[in-house]
Amino acid sequence: MDLLLLTAILHAILVASTPLVFAGLGALIQERAGVLNLGIEGLMIVGALAGFAAALSGQPLIISVMAAALSGALLASVFAFLVLRLEANPVATGLALTLFGLGLAALFGAQYVGRAAPQVAVWVIPILSDIPVIGRALFAHDPLVYLSVMMVALLWWFLYRSRAGLILRAVGENHDAAHGLGFSVIGIRFLAILAGGALAGIGGAYLTLVQTPMFVEGMTAGRGWIALALVVFAAWRPVRVMLGAYLFGSVTILQLHSQAFGISIPAQWLSMLPYLVTIIALVVISARGVQGTSAPASLAKTFRISR
Amino acid sequence: MKGFGLKALGMAAAVLLAACSDSEQTTSTDTGAADKVKAGFIYVGPISDGGWTYEHNVGRLAVEAAFGDRVETTYVESVAEGPDAERVLSQMANDGTDIIFTTSFGFMNPTIKVAEQFPNVKFEHATGFKRADNVATYSSRFYEGRHVLGLIAGRMTKTNTIGYIASFPIPEVVRGINAAYLAAKSVNPDVQFKVIWVSTWFDPGKEADAAKALIDQGADILMQHTDSPAAMQIAEQRGIFAFGQASDMKSFGPTAQLTSIIDDWAPYYVERVGAVLDGTWTSTDVWGGFNTGMVRLADYGDAVPEDVRAMAEEARIAISEGRLHPFTGPVNKQDGSVWLQAGETADDGTLLSMDFYVEGIEGSLPSGN
Repeated sequence: MDLLLLTAILHAILVASTPLVFAGLGALIQERAGVLNLGIEGLMIVGALAGFAAALSGQPLIISVMAAALSGALLASVFAFLVLRLEANPVATGLALTLFGLGLAALFGAQYVGRAAPQVAVWVIPILSDIPVIGRALFAHDPLVYLSVMMVALLWWFLYRSRAGLILRAVGENHDAAHGLGFSVIGIRFLAILAGGALAGIGGAYLTLVQTPMFVEGMTAGRGWIALALVVFAAWRPVRVMLGAYLFGSVTILQLHSQAFGISIPAQWLSMLPYLVTIIALVVISARGVQGTSAPASLAKTFRISR
Repeated sequence: MKGFGLKALGMAAAVLLAACSDSEQTTSTDTGAADKVKAGFIYVGPISDGGWTYEHNVGRLAVEAAFGDRVETTYVESVAEGPDAERVLSQMANDGTDIIFTTSFGFMNPTIKVAEQFPNVKFEHATGFKRADNVATYSSRFYEGRHVLGLIAGRMTKTNTIGYIASFPIPEVVRGINAAYLAAKSVNPDVQFKVIWVSTWFDPGKEADAAKALIDQGADILMQHTDSPAAMQIAEQRGIFAFGQASDMKSFGPTAQLTSIIDDWAPYYVERVGAVLDGTWTSTDVWGGFNTGMVRLADYGDAVPEDVRAMAEEARIAISEGRLHPFTGPVNKQDGSVWLQAGETADDGTLLSMDFYVEGIEGSLPSGN
């Protein structure tokens, strides 16, 4: 395999993984606060549409991304209201959010079908991009790839190094105790859901702005569900979410390349591979009982102030 | 996981459909003419996919335009292939639909099964091979279009590598690969095909990834047998050429698109719904090509040189007039055994059940489903 091809493969892996990084982080921040949101897929597609619509109307990338984040947060606030305020079942509400998001995006997206958005400019980072092989693969990307890595670092710092993050984790681990300490469980969860919605929205927008600059109904094609699986796979840790997303992206891209090389593994097996890897990782994690790999204790539990 | 969302969507759509039309009464009779016909369509993707399903829906709209008040059409989109299709089909049949078009290969068994339960409803299944008294089949000879695409690709490739994004190893797709390869090989003995099976009809992200992989491995012309214009868009970005699929995809590749196979279902749908109105409908097996207008080609792109264009047109006309068959011997199978003797042309039976690569294509065919 020549080095040029290796660079191209690495580059493609990063592009294929980035929507999953954003969406995975979006799911993670909510679950860390004790909120299980199965609506990631719906949030993604709505973000995908909003970002695409903004880009088509000639807005710069930053505005398009903000539009995606805002629309994701807006839709997520509906979920927050139902789950936190009306105490609706989070699983059913999350599923409904996915269906609602897909339908909403299809309805308002119909006018955008068949149109192509302008290509996003690539930021080539000087010096670093001159490193042989990996330079062009890692440091010649659209700004959103760099943003996704920065978000991982930011979320890590927030969760483990900031007081606000500690409070958010406390709410996720034991909402009664957090409430007893005087923290607003509902308020914190509300903010976590908004942030998660925004991140999922950006993840969706990556598809319509960078990966395939067009909008078609249902084009998230299950990535929201993969993001949810990634969070479990990553044992609710941001850096591992990113690594998991890259692993998933690698398997996806490598199976395509191996076929083009003429390696005869049944295509069905290759398509299954990313999911198999996730399942195997889950089995290994639970079998070994690795410390700190369990779900937040109050995940998906409804909080009710009792007197 | 993808299936889950889509399935649920299909379920929601079916419920909606039931809610909208529960008071519907139609005057369906077994024989004789009908005053009014209700025609149903089941789509595998969204009608806005810009490809396969989009063109079927164009056909449905043509039926409405042709018969006006005498016809009522309904459709359910994004129906998963499998048990879900059965449920949607039964629902439609129960609602007094007279004729139902099931527009994907994977709906074959559900169609046959539901047709047994509703002998008075007429079914039309696209691209399949199982028929019954009330189940007709129809398809287009897309391989005729693939032949012309292969000729153009063979003449225009500079790297002698054609990338092919394939969906599932069903006869329809395999036939397309073989037809394109044989045509390309006939004008360029050095041509090589790289085939990637993406195991989906519709996932723009994955189709784009496959397109990138093929280009990175040296392909300078892309063909696809998946439904979204993602590959066309990547080809445009990378400055190479591609062929559209099912629909004109020029808006996604203004300079990249060399031409596109367009599925034109309108004439067939109008004829068949008309037959129900007249009371002349029978179970038939229609396989139309260039000659019936069911297969068309989009305008050639500016990049196609005059002589290549002339060659392509000549082949198209020859096929249309029956003077040329894309599968004409001598052709060997991939394992080297003889398939067609010199001068022999393939029979439809073999074409409809094609499950082998022809000699010269590398890689092995994934086992069928």
